Amino acid sequence: MLVAAVTLTGCSSTTDEEAEPPFASTYAPLPSTTTVIRDATILTGTGERLDNAHLLMGDGQVRAIGERVRVPRGATVIDAAGKWVTPGIIDAHSHLGLYPSPDVAAHSDGNEISAPVTAEVWGEHSIWPQDPGFAAALAGGITSLHVLPGSANLIGGRGVVLKNVAARTMQAMKFPGAPHTLKMACGENPKRVYGGRGGAPSTRMGNVAGYRQAWARAQSYQRKWDNYTENGGEPPDRDLQLETLAEVLRGNITVHNHCYRADEMAVMLDVAKEFDYRVSAFHHATEAYKIGDLLAASGTCAAMWADWWGFKVEAYDAIRENVALVEKAGACAIVHSDSDIGIQRLNQEAAKAMAAGQRAGIGIAPEQAITWITLNPAKSLGIEGQTGSLEVGKMADVVVWDGDPFSVYTRAEQVYIDGALAYDRNDPALQPVSDFSLGTRDDTGGQP
Amino acid sequence: MRFLKGIALAAALVTAAGAETIVITDVTIHTLGRHGTIESGSLLIEDGVLSAIGDDVEIPVGAELISGGGRVVTPGIVDSYSYLGIREIGGVEQTVDDRQTGDRFTAAFDVSPAINPRSTLIPINRVEGVTHAMAAPRPAYGEANLVSGLGTLMHLGGDKDFRVRERAALFVRLGEGGAGSTHGSRAAAMLALREAIEDARDYDRHRGAYAEGRRRDYSVGRMDLEALQWVLDREIPLVVTANRASDIETVLELAEQEDLWLVILGGAEAWMLADRLEKANVAVILNPIANLPERFESLNATLASAARLHEAGVEIAFSINDSHNARNLRQLAGNAVANGLPWIEALRAITAAPGRIYGIDDLGVLEAGQPANLVVWSGDPLEVTTAAERVIIDGRAVPMRSRQTLLRDRYLDLDDPRPPAYRGPVE
Repeated sequence: MLVAAVTLTGCSSTTDEEAEPPFASTYAPLPSTTTVIRDATILTGTGERLDNAHLLMGDGQVRAIGERVRVPRGATVIDAAGKWVTPGIIDAHSHLGLYPSPDVAAHSDGNEISAPVTAEVWGEHSIWPQDPGFAAALAGGITSLHVLPGSANLIGGRGVVLKNVAARTMQAMKFPGAPHTLKMACGENPKRVYGGRGGAPSTRMGNVAGYRQAWARAQSYQRKWDNYTENGGEPPDRDLQLETLAEVLRGNITVHNHCYRADEMAVMLDVAKEFDYRVSAFHHATEAYKIGDLLAASGTCAAMWADWWGFKVEAYDAIRENVALVEKAGACAIVHSDSDIGIQRLNQEAAKAMAAGQRAGIGIAPEQAITWITLNPAKSLGIEGQTGSLEVGKMADVVVWDGDPFSVYTRAEQVYIDGALAYDRNDPALQPVSDFSLGTRDDTGGQP
Repeated sequence: MRFLKGIALAAALVTAAGAETIVITDVTIHTLGRHGTIESGSLLIEDGVLSAIGDDVEIPVGAELISGGGRVVTPGIVDSYSYLGIREIGGVEQTVDDRQTGDRFTAAFDVSPAINPRSTLIPINRVEGVTHAMAAPRPAYGEANLVSGLGTLMHLGGDKDFRVRERAALFVRLGEGGAGSTHGSRAAAMLALREAIEDARDYDRHRGAYAEGRRRDYSVGRMDLEALQWVLDREIPLVVTANRASDIETVLELAEQEDLWLVILGGAEAWMLADRLEKANVAVILNPIANLPERFESLNATLASAARLHEAGVEIAFSINDSHNARNLRQLAGNAVANGLPWIEALRAITAAPGRIYGIDDLGVLEAGQPANLVVWSGDPLEVTTAAERVIIDGRAVPMRSRQTLLRDRYLDLDDPRPPAYRGPVE
């Protein structure tokens, strides 16, 4: 991932190959102690369930997991009998910080509605770290999240992966080494926004022409830079928009494509084939169940709601079994929130999707369903090497639940990020409160 | 007068329901009524009426027998503030009938004639246990109305006689939205509301003079003045959207002065006035998981709202913004339990409480002699993994089929060599 970042700066500077990428992560884990969580039911995120098992965290990493784990001298021991442990929850689709609370025009920073292609904007430059929604999401077990621009544009700009830590700056939240993402959008939104102004696109075919023209320009830009890198001479002018798109074509940025309808997803897979990039995930994908086979064949994830439907025509065919049917087809299924309320209980959304699948005869166990909100979103974001499952050597991003996480009554009790206790339901001192909440709330404490 | 019509409709329904006789045995029954919770009881439904309930129910010959096997029975779920039947797809203007634009004051705007009982939203929600909804007008987009209009309490059991009570409540929006409709200030919104009330009282005393054109101009039209009479006579509740504590205080004062039957909708900061609401006997319809300071009027929103209001003795019901998913009301209730509300009170908030709040006493409770509206659940109805297995509305078992189950069945097997369009519903 760091290599990717260096390549990225390579566009702008050939004299200093070691230069830090701009807006580099300054994330530093909170202080942690060596900790053992014992006697828990553990869903590993790799499809396994371990009963009466233990988890050892040290130096920010998972050090051991299983039925027999040696407790190092001086380690903090958490008795988790009757409790469940999962990897930290990852939301593949959030606008926290971009559309923060309170939801007022002054805070509306998620859609650069000034042109249908704005690949030059970076979502991270809109993020307000004081959004009270981050802390609320933490109380729901969210340890990492993908914050991406909205869907007004064909190509909305770069998204960013954050660690869900309370911080003064966006840079201090940036997931170290996570590749940038590119937000694209199909369907009704771009054609409504721009068609409504009498411009292009105003149709779905206009949408597709818009993507293709942008990619064609990116290819040409990439050739110029490749030529310059190989042969030297006068460096071409930097174009921030094409730079982003060229990075996608080089494989350094993952593509996250808002797309509801099955037929449109199929078209977008062909656009990707034409220009030789990969769609990492379709988002919302309310009709993914109709093309689970195509998604499996192309290795594309579908990030879905458990049950949102019907607010617009392209969402009319959503069904409760969508997630389970994508899983059944062998594709990578993700449950996402797209909501500052939904992100607080992504475990319940996964539970609903699991139960719907089971009722339709698709046998999905909790240890499998948990991957929809842990390892699979990590895969779609290119961070599965670091987080998303409880495996030795990975970041110790961990949730201790006070019961079965697929029950409505269960709540996250402790949340660890890189082995550090970032949230404790029973300790107000370990419940972060944003600056905004300070002094605006009558309640004791500031946690919503 | 208006209520008589509702009663007549209900009577007609009982006969229309026909001769279906259903017995459900061996279930835990949460009646939400006089009988409380009955462990391992039975229910008898005859001619649309719940004719017996308890642990000693005789089984008539020829009855359809549903063996509960320890399942759970509750009254049907009631969506307290809904657009079911009056909105199909939010993004398609032509299917949106839950609002009207233009006027800020539309007390007489009655959604009832617009209700479409064949809306696809209805089966999708009723197969998951939602049996009733208050189809309520919403503030218009942009320049929101101060007074939105009148709601209809409907059942979701079919396309005939589904209106349980028309013109059942008047919906008003104060706070940020209300202020927006009256040129910016909350004070202007209150002035407009007070002026309309004053005009309505004057109109009522001088109808003859008004008809002859011998009365001063009123701030609102004749139909609106008529609609306001029902509120001023306490025949129907005035349901006021208010979130900031000070906005709720202001409307509480108005209700005291004018002797109104007030219900607070939204109520993000209502918990801060819980004791006062209890004393004034004012109920609150809230979304128990709306815990973020989404607006400056809801800075004190909290997950503890429902529990705190209940603890103070305030009657609460739950609402969900997204009526496409009214089926998720029970998930909201479950979350209220996780945040301190007693379980039975959470169930009450989505069954019996709406009936009490809107003054429709037999709604959301299971009592012998009443139209049968109930759900057989696979387990705990507030649990997200639980499903509705049987749904009975006005004594009739509704088909457990919706547009979504049809789509599911069509795409369950992607290896089916027939194109999906040739895969019909399996009967």
